[in-house]
Amino acid sequence: MLHVKFFASIRERVGRSQMELPWAEGMSVAAALQAVEASSGVALRGQHLLAARNHEHVTFDEPLADGDELAFFPPVTGG
Amino acid sequence: MQVRVQEEDFDPAEVLAEKLPSACGAVVSFVGTVRDYSDASDILALEIEHYPGMTERELRRVQEEAARRFDILDSLIVHRYGNLGPSERIVLVAVWSSHRAAAFDACRFLIDVLKTSAPFWKKEITPAGARWVTDCPGCRAGTRHGHVHPDVLQES
Repeated sequence: MLHVKFFASIRERVGRSQMELPWAEGMSVAAALQAVEASSGVALRGQHLLAARNHEHVTFDEPLADGDELAFFPPVTGG
Repeated sequence: MQVRVQEEDFDPAEVLAEKLPSACGAVVSFVGTVRDYSDASDILALEIEHYPGMTERELRRVQEEAARRFDILDSLIVHRYGNLGPSERIVLVAVWSSHRAAAFDACRFLIDVLKTSAPFWKKEITPAGARWVTDCPGCRAGTRHGHVHPDVLQES
């Protein structure tokens, strides 16, 4: 199982702050994003999108492990 | 090194006094505040969202990087989230060192890197409604960069 979180404009676009997704061997962040789009019916690929795995920034080819916390969000604007 | 991510306001003088290593030589601090204007509109308030857990971790990572790069004794980051009005304090970055150059350089490094890596997002509340602040340095520069665009994703 993957625990997926959404923040800021991406959270509003998806319409929820988190969801659970089934994990599969060899799954990447990009594959998880496709599953999020299929599950929510919302296209995210036109968005400026960043991803984090277990609280660390990752690229979309990053492989995922069962139980990971995955997050999708827009470029950060703190400070 | 210390990181505080909090909703409540802070008094920079009090925070610095709590931490001050006696007679260290140099303290440089930066305080960021809410502007009452942006590119296109008046700002009534800012809503700052963060990612509890990752935000603190990322701020600590940036502090560790600063400690490796610069000859400093200590650093502190305080960053607020929630609803903030114009002129309210958003962030405090402070660095202690023996000499001023390292403190200035490290303070600048901390705030600059924080702004591109720590998961905080600002939403501007304006008379015309609310909108997320969007800033993508890589998009502005027109280069390949740290997040995925539609064309890049389709390649994978």
